[in-house]
Amino acid sequence: MSENAPMTHGIDIGALSREKRQLDLSKEEICLQVKDLNLYYGQKQALKTVNMQIPKRRVSAFIGPSGCGKSTLLRCFNRMNDLVDGVRIEGKIELDGHDIFAPRVNVAELRRRVGMVFQKPNPFPKSIYENVAYGLRIQGSTRRRDMDDIVEKALRGAALWDEVKDRLHDSALGLSGGQQQRLVIARAIAIEPEVLLLDEPASALDPISTLKIEELIYELKDRYTIVIVTHNMQQAARVSDYTAFMFMGELVEFGATNALFTNPRKKQTEDYITGRYG
Amino acid sequence: MEKKTIGQHISQQYNTELEDLRNRVLTMGGLVEQQLENALNALEKSDVALAEQVVHNDVKVNALEVSIDEECGVILARRQPAASDLRLIVTVIKTITDLERIGDQSERVAIVAMRLADGDKDSSRWNVSLRHLGNHVRQLLHDALDAFARMDIEAAVRVAKEDVLVDKEYDGLMRQLITFMMEDPRTITPSLEAMWAARALERIGDHARNICEYVIYMVKGKDVRHIGLERMEEEVRGE
Repeated sequence: MSENAPMTHGIDIGALSREKRQLDLSKEEICLQVKDLNLYYGQKQALKTVNMQIPKRRVSAFIGPSGCGKSTLLRCFNRMNDLVDGVRIEGKIELDGHDIFAPRVNVAELRRRVGMVFQKPNPFPKSIYENVAYGLRIQGSTRRRDMDDIVEKALRGAALWDEVKDRLHDSALGLSGGQQQRLVIARAIAIEPEVLLLDEPASALDPISTLKIEELIYELKDRYTIVIVTHNMQQAARVSDYTAFMFMGELVEFGATNALFTNPRKKQTEDYITGRYG
Repeated sequence: MEKKTIGQHISQQYNTELEDLRNRVLTMGGLVEQQLENALNALEKSDVALAEQVVHNDVKVNALEVSIDEECGVILARRQPAASDLRLIVTVIKTITDLERIGDQSERVAIVAMRLADGDKDSSRWNVSLRHLGNHVRQLLHDALDAFARMDIEAAVRVAKEDVLVDKEYDGLMRQLITFMMEDPRTITPSLEAMWAARALERIGDHARNICEYVIYMVKGKDVRHIGLERMEEEVRGE
């Protein structure tokens, strides 16, 4: 039934639809607000007047063809683009109402609040335990007992604990790709960020490991705002609450995943998700 | 998203699969239309041989339903269709169920034709009304299949409206048959048979309307079932 389903014979059909179908972006609590964002790599404009609101404690997926700007946008959220030469950014991004580009913002603190996981698992050449503890150690001393608890909690949170609890002090490099990726997620959530940015987190993994990561994303969304960039449209359809379709630096459409994959509003979106010529 | 074309997929093979699927639904629709036509002719001309042919051919309709369903399953599994492609598959799966039922109802009309041909030939009084209802329903089915073939939502709404008139005509025919039966109890047996045929025709009208509702879903992505004609028109006109 459509969103504003009618009353038929005194029965509210809308109330019979599943809650999931009722997701409405305008009713969500906002986590990240993007306002008129333009981004240039030298002369080339990579993002064109992007406006969007990332809802809190939901999974938002960015899809679009290569070079559409989805990873660039993702990297703006924890200012990873600061590290790229020749980048110029106009516009605003607010995290909980505060401009992340404001001069007095501590970038290290921002990145603690906005964690990131990349396509290729990048564990440090240290033990499993030390990988997870690393973020906390550089933030300052934590007592041994507390550290043990935090590491266990993070590994459990990343659905890895049962697989590694007997070899916490073995090298992280001995884990499989899927396990390494979950370890990196554990490392990211150990410092309790508010937002998790996932840049193609499963594209280097086999289907089973991919499903485990997707299941993990589903479990984590109760506590974190998750933004995921993926080339795999079915993955976006499976894991996300909201999906953004980007094309040539522009945000074409952003809305509830269920609606976007069954009845997109824009023709460009339709062509992309059905695999047609644009 | 008006007027969707099936083609233009990057995968040529996918275009072919969807086009083939659509053609097979139209083939099934054509067959069902023929079945109804033959059943009505058999009824009108007391043609038992033709009626038997209708009963025999229903197997073909059923077989098509099974095979199109299977094809849809394969496309869902292999292509994971989205957006309009997904809606096309959903529409096809639902449409062929209604087509199969139309086939069953046509068979029912054919069986009535056989029974009536055996008995009293003097059925001319209500035969006119029944023929009129039959033609009305036949046109309705034709328009519904046309709306599907062209993905024409305006035509789909017209069919839904026309179905209301079919229902009224059915009610009128019922009253007429009841009158005959009260006037002359000897007409009860053939009148009851005629009622079965009328009932089957009325049901075919409802199935045709269902198909039109699926067409609107396919084109507009809006589910217009069970919301009444007025709201259906609003949804079709709306953005």
